[in-house]
Amino acid sequence: MSAPLPEDRLPPHALPALAAALFIALAPHGWHQPPWVLSLAGVALGWRLLVHAGRVPAPGRWLLGGLTLAATGLVLARYGTLAGRDPGVALLVLMTGLKFLETRRFRDAMLVVFLGYFVVITNFFYSQEIPLALYMVLAVFATTAALVRVNAGDNGPPWGESLRLTGLMLAQALPLMVILFFLFPRIPGPLWSMPEEEPAATTGLSDHMRPGSVSRLLQSEAPAFRVTFAGEIPGAAQRYWRGPVFWAYDGRTWRAGAVPPAPPAIPPQADTLEHTVSLEPHGQRWLLALDVPVSAPRDARLTDDGYLVSREPVRQVIRYSVRSRPGAALEPLLSGARREAALDLPGDAAPRARALARAWRRVHGGDDAAVVQAALGHFRQAPFRYTLSPPPLRRDAVDQFLFETRAGFCEHYAGAFTVLMRAAGIPARVVTGYQGGTFNRAGDYLLVRQSDAHAWTEVWLQGRGWTRVDPTGAVAPERIESGVGAAFSGDTTVPAFLRRGGDWFGDLRLQLGLWQDSLNYYWNGWVLAFGPERQRELLARLGLDGTDWRALVGLMAVATGLVLTLFAGIFLWRNRLPMRDPLGRLQTRFDRRLARLGVPRAPHEPLPDFARRVTRERPELAGPVAGFAEEYNRLRYGPQPDPARFARLRGHLRALPGRGAALYRQFRRPG
Amino acid sequence: MRTALRERAIAWITRRQPAGVRQVTLDRRCIYILPTRYGYTFAGVLVVMLLGAINYSNSLAFLLTFLLAALGSNAMWHTHRNLLGLRITRLPAEPVFAGETARLAYSVANPGRVPRRGLTLEAPGHPGRDLAVPAHGDTRVTLTIPARRRGILRPGRLRLHTRYPLGLFRAWSWLHLEGDVLVYPRPLPVEDAAGGGAPDKDEARTSRQPGGEFTGLRGYTPGDSPRRVDWKALARTGNLYVKEFHEPRGGRLWLDWDDLLAGDVETRLSMLCHQVLRAHGADLEFGLRLPGIEVAPARGEVHRRRCLEHLARFHSPGREGA
Repeated sequence: MSAPLPEDRLPPHALPALAAALFIALAPHGWHQPPWVLSLAGVALGWRLLVHAGRVPAPGRWLLGGLTLAATGLVLARYGTLAGRDPGVALLVLMTGLKFLETRRFRDAMLVVFLGYFVVITNFFYSQEIPLALYMVLAVFATTAALVRVNAGDNGPPWGESLRLTGLMLAQALPLMVILFFLFPRIPGPLWSMPEEEPAATTGLSDHMRPGSVSRLLQSEAPAFRVTFAGEIPGAAQRYWRGPVFWAYDGRTWRAGAVPPAPPAIPPQADTLEHTVSLEPHGQRWLLALDVPVSAPRDARLTDDGYLVSREPVRQVIRYSVRSRPGAALEPLLSGARREAALDLPGDAAPRARALARAWRRVHGGDDAAVVQAALGHFRQAPFRYTLSPPPLRRDAVDQFLFETRAGFCEHYAGAFTVLMRAAGIPARVVTGYQGGTFNRAGDYLLVRQSDAHAWTEVWLQGRGWTRVDPTGAVAPERIESGVGAAFSGDTTVPAFLRRGGDWFGDLRLQLGLWQDSLNYYWNGWVLAFGPERQRELLARLGLDGTDWRALVGLMAVATGLVLTLFAGIFLWRNRLPMRDPLGRLQTRFDRRLARLGVPRAPHEPLPDFARRVTRERPELAGPVAGFAEEYNRLRYGPQPDPARFARLRGHLRALPGRGAALYRQFRRPG
Repeated sequence: MRTALRERAIAWITRRQPAGVRQVTLDRRCIYILPTRYGYTFAGVLVVMLLGAINYSNSLAFLLTFLLAALGSNAMWHTHRNLLGLRITRLPAEPVFAGETARLAYSVANPGRVPRRGLTLEAPGHPGRDLAVPAHGDTRVTLTIPARRRGILRPGRLRLHTRYPLGLFRAWSWLHLEGDVLVYPRPLPVEDAAGGGAPDKDEARTSRQPGGEFTGLRGYTPGDSPRRVDWKALARTGNLYVKEFHEPRGGRLWLDWDDLLAGDVETRLSMLCHQVLRAHGADLEFGLRLPGIEVAPARGEVHRRRCLEHLARFHSPGREGA
């Protein structure tokens, strides 16, 4: 091993800083990587530190090569590939550790720092929550501080100095970062096709409905989406958020099914409510909107069934504006094929329910609306219970629920009601989505949580089109009026956050939760969901409507130029030559102040002589003046400038009566 | 072509900063800055990060990429500032003999309130020295350059450079400080020189005992040569006495270029150098004659220096480098 050129020498004090930075940046990968990945990287870090301490010899070239091959092999064995997010990150983590292990020279250290920044960025592909973002600020800080120490030369700076400098440089970088973030032209969509990730364990509605599939969401306090309204917020009973619509029933499970398309309808434009939804990622393609949406945001379309579907699965927080018209008539004319699909029941399903429906039909004849009312009345009068923990259903789920257990959650009611309607010859379908929402005063928006998940029925009535019927409302009206928490206020089997007691601790917790959520709301709106769409909105708000990317580049260049010019100006001003002589400046201030106090110092008068004169003429000023003269001379002519002495010098200057006192004297003198 | 360009570049730099001064203050016109190769690597890393951010529409990845880009551009100012305002002063350098190492001392003063770190001062073609300068302080740094040839060693343009704090940019400045170091000839004992006739004659001249007749003792005064201390008297009396000699007129030693038979100019100068050192070591009064130069006989340190300087400067207008 030849000694590195001085140019390429790594100051020894940089190694612990590098190890600390890597440790901080790597640690969060422990959440989503197999434990051995991070352990191996940790071993490499520790090994290098032991080499640094002189405890163990450095690994040779062959050993390092072997370790690199072994690490690659392990990743291949675990994932079967090196491409994709998880194996890529595993490889990056291991290689960063090994690169650090072989770091000997300046060049290696620089590479390790760059790898460290890469490790930081890969964390964002797993989470973009505020806590992780804050943690990553720390990681960037540590990595940059390590970079500073790598470059600091052999007589390295004290820790305080290098940390201060790092903080200063990062703070100075913020304005430009903000400008680039908001004005850099955003391109929609992926540049290249990404390997399909395993669906992350996100909570949200699913693409089917069976007993238990909605009530499981009640366990989750996580936000589903947040809505701001341009005008009035609709009342609690109107807050139905429309999601996927299910037609096909196989006796147990509801699915979308293959339904013939509907004839195009002209969506009503009057009496619409404009609202903006900030939707948490759920990995599916539907977008939630107030029932019933009549317009689709960009990159999404309105389906025949009246819900929104995005072009891409929702993997990031997205924000979109949409217009809805509560109570709008959907499909005033139902085609034969669609009618058939909306009446379809599996041949052997629910014989008792069919019998019940036939009975209602006999009573009310051709009056569909009366049959609907009769069914709702049945739910109201029979001893049905609205519960999160219904007894399990085995054989024919609908019959068992309607006539035996009579206990269920909204999916039980919506499913059974739809079956009843179809059995009575009324076209019906299941709509899933959310119902309710908490108004957040701090953020002026409605927060809809996963626990607000809901399912209801739509029946098609002659002359009215698809009409919403919510059997859950018949059983538990408080669920619709006051939210799911009210419906379960006494039930200890539901999650604690749903039971709104009224004790002060619960209220405080609720309030804190709302504040925290409004923080998340702004985070989502301004950071996570900031894409091409939001950028257009922002520019429109700035009065730059319809700006194309060229104009945007120009705008970005101008803003960047302004910031850099300002920065350069401040920089050159602060560092102008001749460098400010701090002692001289303090002396000028000292002279000015004493002149105001009525004892001007003659230009030829040395400070010690002046101090003696002041002691004679103005004994009340003697202390600070003598002190100033003493410290000044020590600093000016003494051997080493001592910061403590400098502070004392300033202290003496401050101890002199200030501007106010001087003015007071001036005013008093004439009188 | 390349050398012509180089000459012009040097001329340009020299115009921007006058040569041959004892002290320079680095203002922003004489500080140059370019990205290092790590700077270019960093830019490449940022491009990859940006592509990843676009591809995954990942806002925090965008934020990090832009933060690092801004940090990188910020680093340029900080690297520039690391040199700005530094005052470099050339400290007097001791002459050396050819074959020794010249030590060029500089003082780097920092009038600002920010400490300067990771600085390297180097003479072209020689390893540099790292230094750091505290706020409102100064640091001394010594460059060592082998003095190979007799004459005047000019270290030429020094380069003060830094890539602190982030290593992404290198700022540098050329320093044209007067910095001549006298390089005395390498002392060459006459016996070692080529040619056989000289030794006897030379020996006869230089082996003369400290000149003149012994005339008595006087009290020691600081500065007297230890060779003249009467050690026996010290043993007897416990006091320091110095022997005094009467030096007869015309008994002075002349070290004469023309007396040397051997060799070329450098060899003769080397031999004369050796003789000067010996004569001075023996505390003789001696004079030096070179073609066109005559140094009257004298003794002492100043005289020795004067003689050696003549030897160093003899027919030597000064050279770049060493």
